[in-house]
Amino acid sequence: MSEQPVTQTPPEAPEPEAPRRDWGTAWRHVVESSGLVVAMAILAALLIAGLLVIIVDPAVQDAAKYFFAQPADFFKAAWDALWSVYSAIFQGAVVNLDSSTFAGTIRPFTQTLTQATPLIFAGLGLGIGFRAGMFNIGAQGQLLIGATLGAYIGFAWDLPFPLHLVLAILGCAVGGAIWGFIPGILKAKTGAHEVIVTIMLNYIALNLVAWLLSLDAFKVNDVQSNPKSPLVETSAQYPLLLGGNFNLHWGFVLALVCAWGVWWLMERSTLGFEIRAAGANARAARTAGMSVTKTTILVMTIAGALAGLAGSTFVLGTEKALTDATGGTVGFDAITVALLGRSRPVGTVFAAILFGGLQAAGPTLQTQADLRPDIIFVIQALVVLFIAAPPLVRTMFRLPVPAHEKVVAA
Amino acid sequence: MKLELQGITKKFGDFTANDAIDLVVSPGKVHALLGENGAGKSTLMNVLFGLYDADGGQILLDGEPTVFSDPGDAMDAGIGMVHQHFMLVPVFTVAESLMLGHEDVKGPAKLLNLDAARDKVKELSERFGFHIDPDAIIEDLSVGAQQRVEIIKALSRDAKVLILDEPTAVLTPQETDELLEIVGQLRDSGTAVVLITHKLREVKAIADDITVIRRGKVVGTASPSDSQEELASLMVGRSVSMAVDKEPAEPGDAALTVDGLSVVDEETDITLLDNVSFELRAGEVLAVAGVQGNGQTELAEAILGLTKTDAGSVTLDGERLTGRSIRSVLDAGVGFVPEDRTEDGVVADFTIINNLILDLYDRAPYSKRGSLQPSVLRENADTQVENFDVRTTSIDALTGSLSGGNQQKVVLARELSRDLKLLIASQPTRGLDVGSIEFVHKRIIEERDKGVAVLVVSSELDEVYALADRIAVMYHGKIVDIVSPDTDRDTLGLMMAGAHSKEEVA
Repeated sequence: MSEQPVTQTPPEAPEPEAPRRDWGTAWRHVVESSGLVVAMAILAALLIAGLLVIIVDPAVQDAAKYFFAQPADFFKAAWDALWSVYSAIFQGAVVNLDSSTFAGTIRPFTQTLTQATPLIFAGLGLGIGFRAGMFNIGAQGQLLIGATLGAYIGFAWDLPFPLHLVLAILGCAVGGAIWGFIPGILKAKTGAHEVIVTIMLNYIALNLVAWLLSLDAFKVNDVQSNPKSPLVETSAQYPLLLGGNFNLHWGFVLALVCAWGVWWLMERSTLGFEIRAAGANARAARTAGMSVTKTTILVMTIAGALAGLAGSTFVLGTEKALTDATGGTVGFDAITVALLGRSRPVGTVFAAILFGGLQAAGPTLQTQADLRPDIIFVIQALVVLFIAAPPLVRTMFRLPVPAHEKVVAA
Repeated sequence: MKLELQGITKKFGDFTANDAIDLVVSPGKVHALLGENGAGKSTLMNVLFGLYDADGGQILLDGEPTVFSDPGDAMDAGIGMVHQHFMLVPVFTVAESLMLGHEDVKGPAKLLNLDAARDKVKELSERFGFHIDPDAIIEDLSVGAQQRVEIIKALSRDAKVLILDEPTAVLTPQETDELLEIVGQLRDSGTAVVLITHKLREVKAIADDITVIRRGKVVGTASPSDSQEELASLMVGRSVSMAVDKEPAEPGDAALTVDGLSVVDEETDITLLDNVSFELRAGEVLAVAGVQGNGQTELAEAILGLTKTDAGSVTLDGERLTGRSIRSVLDAGVGFVPEDRTEDGVVADFTIINNLILDLYDRAPYSKRGSLQPSVLRENADTQVENFDVRTTSIDALTGSLSGGNQQKVVLARELSRDLKLLIASQPTRGLDVGSIEFVHKRIIEERDKGVAVLVVSSELDEVYALADRIAVMYHGKIVDIVSPDTDRDTLGLMMAGAHSKEEVA
């Protein structure tokens, strides 16, 4: 007989209770959420940008020279500088309270949405890539090739309104899809890294477009100096959404529809399940019988198609023609937008509107606050910088660390 | 040196990892700290070693209250620790490793005194029969030898108390026996040894005193003469049966036929699987035993199609599986529990709901016309979590937040929710606690009794004996022999080291 092993046995610890829905818990959920960190990051970026504005403002610098004699002057100048920049951003991006007409009052916000439209499209595509574990830098090239194909259909073909527009939009999507398919298949079949391939494809697309614009088929006439394609037919243009007073076009609605579509694809469809699994753990996805090759190619193709649609908002929307500068920096800003939106469709839409707003405020900053619009890029960069470092923001604003990030060793 | 812990309490937020723990470790004794994964053993030792600050209680050395603010303090006081994951620099030699953190210099140029370190390694190695060459490079050493280097490191700093944290988790059965022998020698030379483990056989083999911890509390002390069942029930908190309750197998026709299967590593040209042939009948368990790295992993992966085969064929119920996609192999009725569950079995960032359908997501009723059916998925998760006793706060919890045992239950629940003809389970209970092991073994035997052919790959002999109807021993990519489970432990151990057949062993 062995001796009794048990010298003391306390009763079983009770099972952990289900979390109670009280206000304390609710508050903790809010302050620990990443949403609050994003909001605080934006606030911090605006504050630091304000500080920069104060430093470079000539009136503030003058007042600083006799700071000890009359400190009030300094603070007044600083306050004026701050006020002018924040009010300019507000008036340029949200509503213009100085305007006498209703249209004039709300025009800034419609401008914000117009600027946000291409960012939504491209950001959605990049977000899918990020969730599949792929860092697609190629939105710029995909956008350009899509815009080229769509613009060509738009000005060269002669078709009645809805059909022409639909075909031109499809052209943009197909063009972008082809430019996304190439790095997709190269990665899936040969292991070529998508970052390098997409960067190179951006260069190829840029120079391809520049060359195309020198061809007769894409030229308006011989005398024109800057390369620009003929105007897209009205039958292939996005109709304006709010009438002739505003630039906002139906492309914005299409972008929202696509955001819903991407949400469905990623959260509800079996394909999205495969994409998410492959992105989160490719080995487990493969062991479960999924084809990571297939998802890689599909993700890049879909992302390309969405970037191509971003191109459609320029050639079929705001600019109505293809130039060698079509798209501007949208392909890269969209990377930031997708990261800011945590690669989720709703987040991407809001992030795109934020960035669209900052860009829409650029001209107002120049006219009202006499500031170079470059400050916008500083704000954008600061937002991203803070969002990339949540602990920094939490420390600055004394937010509690979420429970799941604490080290629990057992 | 006598080490006493009095009322040690350590909290992480609301979670109490250690609750007023008392422990006395005497010189010349092996004190086993026994508890399931997550019971708070490692936390306690990290408090002792100065890695965590205790929220309450005190540490006494020979009756003197002591406070360690970092591991350096603890080492200076004569406490050495060998972590579960070794703290060694792979490109250093053994002698260099010994000096790391305690660099001894000589001469005006302050050159490293490597000779002294070398002598120290030789001396300790000879005294305890470690067979360690001071000039060997760490990464060239076997896992067992690396562990001995860690022990030498601790001893070279005059450790009077040596803490071994789950030391046998990474060792083969032979290496485990060698380690236990070393622990015995250390004890005889007067060192106090703390052995942290959840393996009962080791505790019974070597421990002098046993303290059992459950959910952060000391639930009792035991004697090594207590039976494994008694120790296990103390550890788990309810009665546990160690032997798997199973009827003799009633095998049917041959289900799986593996014929001349070979796998050659593309890069190194090394033959990993060498002309392996065997038959597995429906309703029987064939356990593949062997020291890790002798082709068992490749065998399991080659059957599923994860590893490309160079020759041979795999047939299941007359259907050829070789050369088909993983998906179609799974569809043919193969269930697969991978060896490395966190890498291959689950997506850690997915919820339990999603991991339960990782290879079922595109079948009815889980999806219809390409669209997942969230309410069906939730219902499925609720049922499976209940049936497989997955301990979680919610089915929406990320699978990575579960303990290893509960992750394994998720994998098993998923694989068994299809109609199977063949179940391949690689190291199905690696890293699991006693309660989960019991559960997993029971479910595997249930599948066998339903008429499924079961292939279990395990490097734990206890598991092989518990489950097998026949045992295939692998060595260097070949099946040495297929023997009955009556074969004794020593014979099996020798076969795992390459002795060809029972005759040769005898």
